[in-house]
Amino acid sequence: MESLREFHEVAQNPYRYAAELKDRGRKILGYFCSYTPEEIIYAAGLHPMRLFGSKEHIHLADKHLQSYSCSLVRSAMADVMAGSLAFLDGTVFPHTCDSIQRLSDIWRLNTNLGFFADVVLPVKLNTESAREYMIAVLARFKGELEEHFSLKITDGNLRSAIVRYNEIRGCLTSIYELHAKDPSVISGSDLYAVVRASMIMDRDDLAVKLAAVLHELKQKQGTGRNSGKRLMLVGNICDHPDIYTLIERSGAAVVWDDLCSGTRYFEGKIDPDTEPMTALANRYFTRPVCPAKHVSPFARGEHLLGQVREHRVDGVIFFQLKFCDPHSFDYPYLKEFLDRAGIPNMMLEAEDQLPPEGQLLTRFETFVAML
Amino acid sequence: MAQIDEEKKKRKFKSAGKMRDIMFEYYVEAKSAGDNGKKVAWITSGGPVEPLIVMDVIPVYPENYGAMIGASHMGGDLCEKAEAMGYSSDLCSYARADIACAPVNGGPIGGLPRPDMLVCCNNICGTVLKWYEVQARYFNVPLFIFDTPFCHTGFSDEARTYVRRQLNEYIAFLEGACGRKFDFDRSIEVGRLSLQGQRLWQEVLDAAAHKPSPITAFDAFFFLALIVTLRGTQTVVDFYAELLHEMKEKVAAGISAVPRERYRLLWDNLPVWYRLKWLSDKFASHDACLVADTYTTAWCGSMKYIDENDFLSSMAEAYTRIYLNIGVDEMAKTVFEMIDKYDVDGLVMHSNRSCKPYSLGQYDIQRMVQERKGIPCMMIESHMVDERSFSESQISTRIDAFMEIIKQHKGHV
Repeated sequence: MESLREFHEVAQNPYRYAAELKDRGRKILGYFCSYTPEEIIYAAGLHPMRLFGSKEHIHLADKHLQSYSCSLVRSAMADVMAGSLAFLDGTVFPHTCDSIQRLSDIWRLNTNLGFFADVVLPVKLNTESAREYMIAVLARFKGELEEHFSLKITDGNLRSAIVRYNEIRGCLTSIYELHAKDPSVISGSDLYAVVRASMIMDRDDLAVKLAAVLHELKQKQGTGRNSGKRLMLVGNICDHPDIYTLIERSGAAVVWDDLCSGTRYFEGKIDPDTEPMTALANRYFTRPVCPAKHVSPFARGEHLLGQVREHRVDGVIFFQLKFCDPHSFDYPYLKEFLDRAGIPNMMLEAEDQLPPEGQLLTRFETFVAML
Repeated sequence: MAQIDEEKKKRKFKSAGKMRDIMFEYYVEAKSAGDNGKKVAWITSGGPVEPLIVMDVIPVYPENYGAMIGASHMGGDLCEKAEAMGYSSDLCSYARADIACAPVNGGPIGGLPRPDMLVCCNNICGTVLKWYEVQARYFNVPLFIFDTPFCHTGFSDEARTYVRRQLNEYIAFLEGACGRKFDFDRSIEVGRLSLQGQRLWQEVLDAAAHKPSPITAFDAFFFLALIVTLRGTQTVVDFYAELLHEMKEKVAAGISAVPRERYRLLWDNLPVWYRLKWLSDKFASHDACLVADTYTTAWCGSMKYIDENDFLSSMAEAYTRIYLNIGVDEMAKTVFEMIDKYDVDGLVMHSNRSCKPYSLGQYDIQRMVQERKGIPCMMIESHMVDERSFSESQISTRIDAFMEIIKQHKGHV
């Protein structure tokens, strides 16, 4: 699909895209986590851009971070040290895991990109006091943006941002659903590029282009070629488009995911009629939870089984970056939930590089053959 | 020979035996709680324990048990069991050992007593949240999470409001779990004892400022168990008062913890529990005494935030602003202060694969210490209770090299 070319380009060269945006006079704030209140950044007229780390010159991070930090944290630090993030006007760190929490300190002490904010969100997402605390934290963040950039973020700005983000997230959800219904309408690596680029592109431009992709997909008749096994990918960040291609070569397709670079990023609508800060907080309380946050001891397992049933999933691939504590703690129980429900599953752990292609393909083929 | 034994005896702490008795009684009471109609709560080491004491609930600390497992060299085996259960070998070894213990009643005292409730305070790490979720599923008991917002650069008003409200929620949780009202009058007394215990513990640690030091960090790791487990009780106050008295006697008699103390070092991070003696002997063989550490100080480091006349409301802030729940630069400041206070010649950092919030940032602290304090630093990498992760020959060589640098630095070579 020609309309997907730009998504691929952006996904492959996010820093080039950012530099061009910067040349056009945009101010860019980098962020790491799906709990970043992007809507407030957008409402300020700034450009929010998710950082994944380029995985180049990763050894540079050795000066600040131990080898047992995850490759996202190490790669991001390496990038900022190498000067690859010079296009940023600042960085935002929402509170998530222990590693990002310390990266925030190390970043603050060793870089000078202009704006810097820790958005210390609650870890509990199931009490009224946590909700009120979150609203106050979001308001503080808004104030910090206003002060640093000498601007005013009005309720009107916030409401427009909420409408825009609902539109974008709605489109992504619809595209995911179309793909889940008939995986042959768009390949896994194309879909990957669309979601990833959605965290990088100018959001107004994105909204138009996503709507166009959705429209095109709706017109398209699937080839029905990919009628193989239906898989779900569960983990932290999947930053490897090759995974989708290899899975498809093994005779299966990823029809849904629980990834922070996937559904956890875009699921959950924001109520446009509620007071904006409350509405933003409410979304965080209802969207699928990251394991670094707490809703209940069983929340993620129940969510996973629900998604498996809803999307008629044949098997689950756990994919996670090595040294991710929150996900590693959840894996045994999620696996147990799936085992009890009779859903085959496998675990794949990676650092900045995937295992050799041949080896990975064999693992996927063996797994798919079992289904 | 007899004389050497006599010297060694003098250096030993008479209080050590007493502490073992107290800990033994504590675990006996905890393990027979059910027979005595008492409830047991598992709680994180830096958690707000005082309300449990007020409610007569016996607090049990999986982390203290983790330390015991490590010291008994049972960590490697239990961690391996956890790995067989699906837990990655990169995870915290306290958590792995504890999770593996539960189903098999493993570890030195045959497992911890079954909890009636779980209290998890995330002021030490995000790991405890996941660990307590695991145990909440396993034991199927209520879990209270005391969420202490991380203080990168300060403590915000909204964080203050949030933690104070949680204190009320915590009390309501305990009232529900115990089926009776919280006794606010008693909480005043428990608060007073807690603060008194913390003050005495700080005084015990302060004794290391004396040259030569009557106490090593290894002794502190041992004596720490009481301020962790029985904070808020008279037992702790009495015991540390006695220990302090013994410390003063040693100072007066000129008895040093390390026979020929020539070099004084500061330890950072949790201990390597299964190598306490080896490390202690190794450093002593270089006439070096690890006089202090950042870890044991953490149980009295946030006293400044406690209002003696209003313990209950101020404790929420104090628990939020503990050593690990602050930014790397704040932690570095504490390290600088300790370097000056204890007049140390070098810093030994344990890069602890089990504890990311303690370890990530150490490289920056190391640089700051070298720049501002001009003292040598070294790193030892391991998992605190998983002895499989400790490379003895490599670490031994590094300690020798580090001590050479210290000696040169002091102009002794």
